Amino acid sequence: MFQIRLHGRGGQGVVTGAEMLSIAAFVQGRHAQAFPSFGSERTGAPVVAFCRIDDKEIRLREPIMEPDALIIQDPTLLLQVDVFRGLKPREGYILINTTRSFDEIGIGEYVSGFRPERLCTVPATELALKHVGRAVPNAGLLGGFAAVTGLVSLDSVAAAIRDRFSGKVAAGNVAAATAAYEIVSQEMKEAAAHA
Amino acid sequence: MLKQTEGSRGVAEAVALCRPEVICAYPISPQTHIVEALGEAVKSGALAPCEFINVESEFAAMSVAIGASAAGARAYTATASQGLLYMVEAMFNASGLGLPIVMTVANRAIGAPINIWNDHSDSMSQRDCGWIQLFAENNQEALDLHIQAFRLGEELSLPVMVCMDGFILTHATERLDLPTAEQVDAYLPPYEPRQVLDPKDPVSIGAMVGPEAFTEVRYLAHAKQMQALELIPQHAAEFLQIFGRDSGGLVRTYRTQDAETIVVALGSVLGTIKDTVDEMREQGHKIGVLGIVSFRPFPLAEVRRILRHATRVVVLEKSLAVGIGGIVSANVRMALSGVHLHGYTVIAGLGGRPITRKSLHKLFREAERDELQQLTFLDLDWDIVHRELEREKQKRRSGPIAENILRDVGTVAARAV
Repeated sequence: MFQIRLHGRGGQGVVTGAEMLSIAAFVQGRHAQAFPSFGSERTGAPVVAFCRIDDKEIRLREPIMEPDALIIQDPTLLLQVDVFRGLKPREGYILINTTRSFDEIGIGEYVSGFRPERLCTVPATELALKHVGRAVPNAGLLGGFAAVTGLVSLDSVAAAIRDRFSGKVAAGNVAAATAAYEIVSQEMKEAAAHA
Repeated sequence: MLKQTEGSRGVAEAVALCRPEVICAYPISPQTHIVEALGEAVKSGALAPCEFINVESEFAAMSVAIGASAAGARAYTATASQGLLYMVEAMFNASGLGLPIVMTVANRAIGAPINIWNDHSDSMSQRDCGWIQLFAENNQEALDLHIQAFRLGEELSLPVMVCMDGFILTHATERLDLPTAEQVDAYLPPYEPRQVLDPKDPVSIGAMVGPEAFTEVRYLAHAKQMQALELIPQHAAEFLQIFGRDSGGLVRTYRTQDAETIVVALGSVLGTIKDTVDEMREQGHKIGVLGIVSFRPFPLAEVRRILRHATRVVVLEKSLAVGIGGIVSANVRMALSGVHLHGYTVIAGLGGRPITRKSLHKLFREAERDELQQLTFLDLDWDIVHRELEREKQKRRSGPIAENILRDVGTVAARAV
């Protein structure tokens, strides 16, 4: 079973991001479970959502405490929430929505023990503003997740986006996911070259 | 058709396929998404003929459902928590009058202190109000139980409550097999009321009954629930034939053969318990699970048959009968009258506290060693409890308990999980 924890703020589509990720896995014939950390959601407040992917029925209902991957939709959360809690040491994946590097956002030392090809930054807010017209970074991060993990394909992410949205909004989000996929694929190549 | 969708939306689709003619509801978390989706279906014409009635309260919701059902319409509503409590008087009327309303309860704690998260306090508070109560383990079963609920309720002329864990199920997106209209139509015949307000054949429903006959009327309510004990397995068998899925029934067992320890529970926590049991079985522990689907009527004979050969029984429940302990466990003990075994009550998951495999592993091992207290509160923080008790000892005006404890634990919102 592969477990993903998504951190963001109310209004950034964290819960929808987890749902779309589960749909992308479902499209590929896998079992998936997405659920929010149920709270009194308010715009801007820290929000957590979860997604599990497996090849058999998922019965487990506990929150994800030891994620294989983290998707961080808002880097300002690093100052407020222990987003890394329980992340699988060394083997874990980290995706952060930022235009800066891990060093620049102050976690270079923390991630130094992780495999570099599993760490990636995605300018997801910028891509969303460009393609969707709103600062909703979830689709871009899912495109980046597809690139860095290979667990779901870009096509499945696009199918999941079209399942949740339609028309211009769907097209814009698919464009953001595609652009992020390409950026992250390039980052991965560079990381592999340096490794 | 397989679909990856939210539990609430799946239930709404299943309810719509049952062709309800009147839906009335008042919004309350975590039930809201179900009635929102049904409201959309009625407005778009996808669900027709059906009247969606906005009401001003839960009391009105149940009253409208009673009126609709008495007039011969298939009626549905949904609620949770304080909303359920607000409709209690009308709920006794619905069952007392024998009206086959189906209601989803998206299980949630009851205040004070106010809490929007999941436990079973709401449904459990209504266990004796005359409604049938079915508990779903996952979203597929929640969906399937609604279809079975209309069939069962209408056959007996009794209301049925389908209980699904709020948020944990209602807000979880997972793979669902959505039935076709043809399947549902083959399983659920059109509603043929046993009693109906019809001007052409006038009757009065709700006559006053004095001491000369009240006991007989009440006994018949009990007798009908006893009939449900026969019908529920039959309906599950027919459901399996038409839909190809083993859903519902009175109880479900998991690895109970040769089990020395059997864990009894209801609802979505059964999944986490089964995963834990699988891990323990691999290490040689003789442990199994009994899931109770039908809490009312309570399947005394089935529960006794399954548990009587165990060495110990751990009842894990998401509700608390203040002043005695367990609710489910009191029922289980009644089933085990005269049987000698160790019985433990574990109160867990109150107000949305996660029930984790880690805690269950520790708990079940303590049970196996018979080191558990008869009444155990899973993951209770004794430090916090003792601190508050100490404050109360020290000072007469020690302040409101909820606020004191919130200060002790710090704010919840800033935590990662």
